[in-house]
Amino acid sequence: MSYKIYQVNEALREFVPKEIIDLEEKATWGNPKRGVMDLPYAKELIEEHSLCAGCPESMAFRYILASLPAPEDTIIVNSTGCTSLVFPHIALHTVHSLFGNQNAVASGIKRVLEWRFPEKVKDVIVLAGDGAIVDIGLDCTLQSFFRQEKITTICFDNEVYANTGGQESGSTVKGHVFKMAPKGKQFEKVPMWQLAIDSGCHYVARLTVSSPKRVEQVVKKAIYVAREVGPTYIHLYTPCILEIGLNSDDGLEEARARDKERFAFFEYATPEAQEVINRKKEEGLL
Amino acid sequence: MAQVSTEKVIYNRAGQRVVSPDYLLFEAPRTKHFMTGSEAVKEAVKRSSVDASVSYPITPQSEAAHLIGELWVEGYVGVYFRGESEFGVMSEIAGCAMAGARCITTTSGPGTLRAMENFPMWAGTRIPVQLVLMARGINSPLSIQPDNLEVSFLLDTGCMIWYAENAQDLFDMIIAGFVVAEKPEVHVPVITVVDGFFVSHTREAVMLPPDDIALPPYDPYKAPMPVIDAEVPPGRFLRDPFVMKSNYISYATHASWQFEVRAAIERSRPYAKHYLRGLIEEFGDPEAEIVFVACGTAAAQSKEAVRLLEDEGIKAKVVKLKTIRPFPVEELINATKNAKTIFVPEFNVVGWLEREVRRYLYKRSDADIIGTPRVAGGMTMPPEVIVKEVLKILGKEVKHVI
Ligand SMILES: Cc1ncc(C[n+]2csc(CCOP(=O)(O)OP(=O)(O)O)c2C)c(N)n1
Ligand code: SF4
Repeated sequence: MSYKIYQVNEALREFVPKEIIDLEEKATWGNPKRGVMDLPYAKELIEEHSLCAGCPESMAFRYILASLPAPEDTIIVNSTGCTSLVFPHIALHTVHSLFGNQNAVASGIKRVLEWRFPEKVKDVIVLAGDGAIVDIGLDCTLQSFFRQEKITTICFDNEVYANTGGQESGSTVKGHVFKMAPKGKQFEKVPMWQLAIDSGCHYVARLTVSSPKRVEQVVKKAIYVAREVGPTYIHLYTPCILEIGLNSDDGLEEARARDKERFAFFEYATPEAQEVINRKKEEGLL
Repeated sequence: MAQVSTEKVIYNRAGQRVVSPDYLLFEAPRTKHFMTGSEAVKEAVKRSSVDASVSYPITPQSEAAHLIGELWVEGYVGVYFRGESEFGVMSEIAGCAMAGARCITTTSGPGTLRAMENFPMWAGTRIPVQLVLMARGINSPLSIQPDNLEVSFLLDTGCMIWYAENAQDLFDMIIAGFVVAEKPEVHVPVITVVDGFFVSHTREAVMLPPDDIALPPYDPYKAPMPVIDAEVPPGRFLRDPFVMKSNYISYATHASWQFEVRAAIERSRPYAKHYLRGLIEEFGDPEAEIVFVACGTAAAQSKEAVRLLEDEGIKAKVVKLKTIRPFPVEELINATKNAKTIFVPEFNVVGWLEREVRRYLYKRSDADIIGTPRVAGGMTMPPEVIVKEVLKILGKEVKHVI
């Protein structure tokens, strides 16, 4: 798509909110080298958010949106949960249909867009919580990997059902007491990154939201590999400060602490994926 | 002098000549073919410039889904694959439709319920997907036989519900379904129902127009909701503001959207009337005081019952409902003006059609409304059973029947 369609109609300019004018003047459309370093100077593609103050998901949103190689040709599919509250504030095509069907909806969108626009690149990205991806939507998630859908799936793992008030999820650490697990969780945290590898993803990364540059790198790699090769998966720790009882300025420290243990940075790429990554590095896009 | 035509001949992606819906449905010459309902689905899809279909096996709809797959191989359908479950399929097809495709899928019985969460979502996102539902039992003990209880659950999802009696109806309705569902002022899903097996697996004569002509392709840029293809400015499939904020405007937004979806179904009436040649069909003595109101194969069996009743010297007629959503209220009131007794024969245990008929005729008809006969579990409804019910109610002797 031409990013010119984001230009404001002259006749309406005086009535258009400032944020939209900013979007026209200072958003980083049409530049595949865009990244988190642009954030202080560019218009962010997210206007505001309705997450809790200091929620690390809001950082993750900003880093991811700033790292999309082609926001003007990107469609984000999400699911019910804390994240879905943010989507009405994002200046991109976003789809929220139900809870757990995100990878299925994304599969349909991607296949039709490939068929309708064979000459164009249109990135389809799934962005949803651990409840949506690992529990209720696990069949849709894994089956989209088995089918080799060319989509990137990003899981915001906060290790809990946050939006419904703090219930244990498959992603919760064993033994942790949450609602619906009053005696502590009975089984291990589901190793979703490993399931993604076993199910056919070509690029998989596990990390926390502590480092903006690192988030940028994995997002870009995942999208470039999905474009050319097949499904890719990012497992990103975005602690729910509310449910684990932290202050609004504690999110970053919590993420840093987990960097050294269960979210130690881990990356996997198939040879085909590595070839794409190397090429993009040579082109200066990574 | 010969008229010079300035119209350009247009072909779809499959190389078929694009014709108007009116030409395809009413004017094109038709030839007789002998086929099952499932094959009629294939023939309809073949002439509908379909972009995408996603499938999942469940008897009795599987064969129709296989045949759509064959059309994909032959180049008549753009995107086709098997999803992971009906929940997945209905979500995948939603994605296909949001991305701007004309979509069709099929299911039956338990599959319908597994997918259920998707149907109000389809309607709420105003995607004109067509679901061909080959009705089948859903309750334990398991039955694969036809039973249309599942339709009851679908009535209030915000989708249009049409009901085909036989393979011919099904063929014509599928084509008309796309045309009506995609009208910009309608643009809601259409569920085209048939009783599984009785229609899907029975061979009958179907009149078909040639297969080298097809409907005009779907134009997603005429949709009332922005298509999600990154060719137009971002649309939001969640209304903005998110209707979970607890304030009056949010509540009003949600409520008005629900009304709008229902209003869209109402706006389909004139189109459905045109392309289906009326929302109802009458059979038998127009003045009869005994009236059967039915849909699907229950209508077919009622027509046989009318013939048998004629032998008994009793005048009767059938009002076949072609659409349930929108409900043909005015048509039904008119058609039952002379009725003293209205029978609603049905293929399900709860009698959802009787409920509907009562609701719409309340205080508009003096007739007795009788919710019999009713069969369930997949058995057929012999016309003799219908006749017996009528004779019983009329206090007449039940002689040769049953
Ligand atoms: C079918 C269905 N079941 C349950 C819910 C209720 N629900 C809404 S949000 C949510 C939790 C989401 O958790 P997660 O995906 O981990 O995201 P988070 O809120 O933690 O960011 C649940 C269970 C729903 N909307 N739909
Ligand atoms: S509940 Fe937790 S995950 Fe949700 S917005 Fe608040 S801090 Fe973030």
